[in-house]
Amino acid sequence: MNATSVRIVTLKIDDRELSAREDRTILEVARENQLDIPTLCHLDGLSSSGACRLCLVEITGIRRLLPACVTTVGEGMEVYTNTPRIQHYRKLILELLFSERNHVCSVCVSNGQCELQELARKLGVDHVHYPYLMPELPVDASNPRFVVDHNRCILCGRCTRACDEIEGAHTWDMRGRGIETRVITDFSDPWGASSTCTGCGKCVHVCPTGALSEKGRSVAEMVKHKHFMPYLTLMRKEQS
Amino acid sequence: MTPEELHDLCTQEQEAAEQYPHHLYVCSSDPKSILAKDLRQEIKKRDKEKTICVHEVGFMGLGAEEPIVRVEPQQVYYQRVGAEDIDALFDSLDSGKSIERLACETLPELLKHQRLVVLDKNDRINPNRIEDYIACGGYQALMRALTEQSPAQVLEEITQSGLRGRGGAGFPTGLKWNLVAKAQGEKKYVVCNADEGDPGAFMDRMILECNPHRVLEGMLLAGYAVGASQGYIYIRAEYPLAIKRLRLAIKQAQRLGLLGHRIGEVGFDFNIELRLGAGAFVCGEETALLGSIAGRRGTPRPRPPYPAERGLWNAPTLINNVETFANIAPIMKHGSAWFANIGTEKSKGTKVFALAGRVTYTGLVEVPMGVPLRDIIFKLGGGIPNHCEFKAVQTGGPSGGCIPAEHLDISVDYDSLAQVGSIMGSGGMIIMDETSCMVDVAKFFMAFCCEESCGKCIPCRVGTSQMYHILQRITNGQGTLYDLELLEELCDVMQNTSLCGLGQTAPNPLLSTLRFFRHEYLAHILDKQCPAKVCKIHKVMEAVS
Amino acid sequence: MSAKTDVMEASEQKADPRWRSVEKTMRQHGYHANGLIETLHAVQEAYGCLDEEALRRIAAELRVALSHVYGVATFYNYFTMAPPGRHTCVVCMGTACYIKGAGEIMERISKEFNVAPEETSDDGNLSLLSARCIGCCGQAPALVVDGEIWGGLSADEVIERLRRVLNDA
Ligand SMILES: Cc1cc2nc3c(=O)[nH]c(=O)nc-3n(C[C@H](O)[C@H](O)[C@H](O)COP(=O)(O)O)c2cc1C
Ligand code: SF4
Ligand code: FES
Ligand code: FES
Repeated sequence: MNATSVRIVTLKIDDRELSAREDRTILEVARENQLDIPTLCHLDGLSSSGACRLCLVEITGIRRLLPACVTTVGEGMEVYTNTPRIQHYRKLILELLFSERNHVCSVCVSNGQCELQELARKLGVDHVHYPYLMPELPVDASNPRFVVDHNRCILCGRCTRACDEIEGAHTWDMRGRGIETRVITDFSDPWGASSTCTGCGKCVHVCPTGALSEKGRSVAEMVKHKHFMPYLTLMRKEQS
Repeated sequence: MTPEELHDLCTQEQEAAEQYPHHLYVCSSDPKSILAKDLRQEIKKRDKEKTICVHEVGFMGLGAEEPIVRVEPQQVYYQRVGAEDIDALFDSLDSGKSIERLACETLPELLKHQRLVVLDKNDRINPNRIEDYIACGGYQALMRALTEQSPAQVLEEITQSGLRGRGGAGFPTGLKWNLVAKAQGEKKYVVCNADEGDPGAFMDRMILECNPHRVLEGMLLAGYAVGASQGYIYIRAEYPLAIKRLRLAIKQAQRLGLLGHRIGEVGFDFNIELRLGAGAFVCGEETALLGSIAGRRGTPRPRPPYPAERGLWNAPTLINNVETFANIAPIMKHGSAWFANIGTEKSKGTKVFALAGRVTYTGLVEVPMGVPLRDIIFKLGGGIPNHCEFKAVQTGGPSGGCIPAEHLDISVDYDSLAQVGSIMGSGGMIIMDETSCMVDVAKFFMAFCCEESCGKCIPCRVGTSQMYHILQRITNGQGTLYDLELLEELCDVMQNTSLCGLGQTAPNPLLSTLRFFRHEYLAHILDKQCPAKVCKIHKVMEAVS
Repeated sequence: MSAKTDVMEASEQKADPRWRSVEKTMRQHGYHANGLIETLHAVQEAYGCLDEEALRRIAAELRVALSHVYGVATFYNYFTMAPPGRHTCVVCMGTACYIKGAGEIMERISKEFNVAPEETSDDGNLSLLSARCIGCCGQAPALVVDGEIWGGLSADEVIERLRRVLNDA
């Protein structure tokens, strides 16, 4: 896109007057201005899918709540990122997520390092008032270096996008649909048997929870590094 | 083909038909019916090939009494005609006296209350013959548009008509076309949504099976108006006959130069391809549908950007429903004023409804927008059989609601239905009597949405599952009043935070039953009883107490 | 697996007439990933189900990831990976049919012929499937038995007719 063709718009986020290029998302503009919007499926450097709905914001004049991670800014837009209405829904969405699978932090390798746990703390989710669905899902430890524990997976799709968009292997995808959706490697083969996995470990580091982890970590030991993602994306772009 | 050639073909066909003093129109939706074949054999045997002509048509209007034969020019209908009736039929043609024991009185009566725009002429068109459609004036609207009207004029005509989308949401069609026409893009696409996923609706199937060319002509006009040269029809794989007839129709149109290169011998190119769905309700949602056409999992993506700006392969894309497209040629032919005269102020034209469930006459009916709901069910549907009592009618499928008897007098249009917590939807109407339990019906729809949720966004994926489990508890007799609170809260989260229309509207059937039939929920919860005796409530609780 | 058997298997597959129709579909779509779902339809039609070997082959030919093919194949209900039985019976579970007792019909068939819904009986004689509206709501409750539509039958009548069909072959 030609740089000169991009307009600059002015907008308000949480009553602050801001200006930004019109092709930026509300999330990008908010974060550049130190306004925090919670996110889970979004990760800088990867494409956004608008799946988790935690970044929903209110925009004056639009009845529907829109996800900040994929909604671009517009001239004269008035955005509210933290109204009681939004806080209420964000909490309920997180509660739903906790009720879906098994997220017992005390036995998790990511305890203390988990984005889901951190969000729950920030948003004040201290109990879940929906019944736990708790399916018993497998743990696949067939890969010599990594483990996938489906019980902790929140289907954010970061691993699939990192593997496809950054590593270019597209080892990960999702199978099934609805509540039966699972992340898979290759032909739903055991990870260790994957013929396409390069073993780069990006998926593990972008995973927000303890679903993907390095082997041999015990409770609370799995520290993840995701800040390389935007850097890699940038380097890819420069090269092509 | 030029407009003159089309006109010639039309007169030629009409003149050929006039050669025959007698016409027999045979309708049977059973593909195995050999009645028409038998009739032809008999004609040969009696050496009447010059005087009697047999036509096989897709739909006459009364599925229950098929096969139906209409005798022209007398306009007499016979029902349940079998091989054993053939002799009598020919004798009556000779004598001029009609056969009383076969007479079908219901059909003319039902047709009296209808207004056919979309289904018009389906009772005289053989879906396998493009010539039949042309003889009825088919493709003339297209030819006239191509040679005498600018795309802007077509847009104006559709806008003026007030047509709203028939796929569910009722978005103004003219507005959508204008958006696509204005969108920047070298290549644009026209997509016909024939996914018809609402379980209990079959209007689109019948339109495609009975007169596929009307839909093709609508798509062609759309392509001309918005500047597209490629069209796709996304159709459910579960409709093999419709697929077969569409394939044939496309071939025939190509052969006559009504599809392909330089249509009408002006500079307009347009092609249509089929894409088969594979059993996913969510693929009726437009962004999921586009993903599916591109060979991917049918998960919706957030809008904006709308497909009108960025659709198939990021090009501006127009998506309309089958019935919407079927309305286009009639509008262009008779003018927007004619169309705007039918229906109510905000809902113009007619709507095809598929009646099913506990009504006497199941099948398709087409009525002007605004007729009372009561008339559709009791006049056109013939009321509830077996002296049972009407309880509710479900409209709009998994995104709609259940309307109780006290609202039977509402007018059927987009806004009135919304007021009673339902939607027009695609036009399925399931009529229920006292043998249906409304909690069970709500559970049925929730199970449906749970199974059809794509799984991408949290509120829909987990919300539908949670609600289904709660409803299951209630229908098992293990529900509590707190469960009702939970249900209402879940409905609210899903409506407000789900990514696509599926999750946003999945609560509707539940909410409408909670609103109108709360007493049934309470009976399950407090009295541990299913008033309709549908749910198998375990009496364990009683034994304990 | 040695290279030699690889080649042998590939040529065996080439000779397979079922594969030929799959290849034709891929060709029609210019061996483009866009044609994946159409190709899966072709596989199911030719093989009776989504044959694993054929799917792996398609992934290679269309240059799409294996996980992508598997993801698409399992997203859509119409596709099945299990080979069907000699006879198939699809019970419509759409709204109109449900209201008219499709649930009971499903239950009865399942019990009578000892086959779980969505599965094939142990003797491979009957696959019992469900569908979400087959567009014959006017004839509810509707079933499709070996491609033929049965409408408006009571559970007893269905059982009886189905028994005849199953005993025939
Ligand atoms: C979950 C879901 C399912 C849908 N299914 C259908 C469908 O089966 N057929 C259809 O025409 N529209 C369906 N729609 C509506 C389409 O997304 C779209 O609005 C419509 O095809 C536009 O055409 P129209 O403007 O002519 O109505 C569905 C929408 C949602 C959210
Ligand atoms: S609302 Fe349901 S169907 Fe729509 S994106 Fe979310 S999970 Fe998928
Ligand atoms: S972060 Fe925006 S939807 Fe998940
Ligand atoms: S609901 Fe069974 S055919 Fe439509």
